[in-house]
Amino acid sequence: MPDDVPTTAPATVATMTDDRRAFEAGLDALEAPTPPPRPGPGRVFVRSVLPPLVAVAVFLALWQLAYSTGFKPSYALPSPLDVLRTFGETVRDGRAWEAISISVSRGALGFAASVVVGTGLGLAMWQSRWLRAALGPFVSGLQSLPSVAWVPAAIIWFGLSDAAIYAVVLLGAVPSVANGLLAGFDQVPPLLDKVGRVLGLTVLGRIWYVLLPAALPGYLAGLKQGWAFSWRSLMAAELIAYSPALGIGLGQQLNIGRELNAMDLVIASIALILVVGVAIELLVFAPVERRVLRARGLTVAGRR
Amino acid sequence: MAPSIVNSAPVRQTARVSSVRITQLVQVFEADRPPVLDRIDLDVAPGEFVCLLGASGCGKSTLLSLIAGLGTPTSGGIEVTVGRPALMFQEAALLPWLTAAGNVELALKARGVSLRDRGAEAERLLSLVNLAGQGRKRVHELSGGMRQRVALARALAQDSRLLLMDEPFAALDAITRDALHEELIRLWSEQQLSVVFVTHNVREAVRLGQRVLLMSSRPGRIVREWQVELSQPRAIESPGVSALATEITQHLRAEISRHAR
Repeated sequence: MPDDVPTTAPATVATMTDDRRAFEAGLDALEAPTPPPRPGPGRVFVRSVLPPLVAVAVFLALWQLAYSTGFKPSYALPSPLDVLRTFGETVRDGRAWEAISISVSRGALGFAASVVVGTGLGLAMWQSRWLRAALGPFVSGLQSLPSVAWVPAAIIWFGLSDAAIYAVVLLGAVPSVANGLLAGFDQVPPLLDKVGRVLGLTVLGRIWYVLLPAALPGYLAGLKQGWAFSWRSLMAAELIAYSPALGIGLGQQLNIGRELNAMDLVIASIALILVVGVAIELLVFAPVERRVLRARGLTVAGRR
Repeated sequence: MAPSIVNSAPVRQTARVSSVRITQLVQVFEADRPPVLDRIDLDVAPGEFVCLLGASGCGKSTLLSLIAGLGTPTSGGIEVTVGRPALMFQEAALLPWLTAAGNVELALKARGVSLRDRGAEAERLLSLVNLAGQGRKRVHELSGGMRQRVALARALAQDSRLLLMDEPFAALDAITRDALHEELIRLWSEQQLSVVFVTHNVREAVRLGQRVLLMSSRPGRIVREWQVELSQPRAIESPGVSALATEITQHLRAEISRHAR
């Protein structure tokens, strides 16, 4: 141990001996968490892709079995192949594409509007404690109200129009977005805001550089749920609000199937609604969420 | 005050103007309870390393927050002459969506360093805490000791002459803590910082500080003060540190025992 008092040496790392550097680097190497190896594509396939494929195959087999035993008359329970044939027809004559494009563009527009309104509402409720106390229970309550309940009211107010459909979508999705944003803000550790203040960031700087990024995971979860609610509400609205002026979206196509007593068209439409909704979640929301969570060292629940 | 172990090292303080001057500071949170801080007087000289020692509830963290400007005292004065102090917490409190360098760069940005210079400056600061070349790592890829060093680099990025530390090594294991003690003392002497270091670890206080202040709890007062006249670097297991730590521990225990009833 040297006896001399440390003098005010110039600010360089030169005063650090190689021994110390090696010791500290060794500590770092030993203590830094090692990430688990990423599973190879084969493992991913066996673990994540194969099981749902097997489940679908089993389901189709059971369906075919039920059809073959004549458990229901064939107009009420068509075979998987019949449904596939009907679906093929709707693809070939363009009905499927038209329905998808009408519904998806409505869904996207309605969702975008819900994000704007929901984010504004969430921000306002976060800003004002009074507003949050006043509206909080209703916003949460609305989340459990099936949005189909709004359809009759919306039709009375807006007639059989796009406005009625968008009203239902907004009422369905806005609460999720607002609540997601609030949950995101609530999860921000107060210590991080302190850090922003210690660093000398302004109020706006703290919001932009600390608060918003910290709240992002909760907000994203709210957006994801908001999309699911938008899609559901949209289908409920399309199913009931039927008029030539509205075009034929997926919900309307489903309703046509019901009116024609065409179970194959009904099943094909249900399957398409399911596939489109899931596809948008998997292609749009899942990758964003995965990126955000992985950057923070959080694991994605139910990895796909 | 009985100054103990004398080892011939002069206390390094020359300038007249204090980095921090606290006079008759009182902080009351609840009117019907004893003040959290009661008539605190404290001067920290430029380049001085002061350790605040006390049991839980003695208000030492509150005092640091007040110096950092995170609150206003009920009465009394705090004068910080060296600009905005840097503050480190027990947790590294890094922003988990940024890389190690990104965390340091945010502090540089807040200080007004231009975008062009931030990258190189962050790398220089990270190499000061022996993390050269690790700037691209994410927070979750770093060990506890590395995180605390990034936090130290971020504090240094504020380019403040005053570093406030609130039990910054309390959550680390003994080996890592030892390494960080050395690191801190090296940086303190190189960068000519004033440090106010809060801890409840007596040996740590003696290992690091030039001056150790013992605080009482409820009300929080500075009840005793020791000059540590041991040369740096000193080892935490050295006889000099042990002897003074033993003496201070007796006083700390006596302070704590007053609350038994």
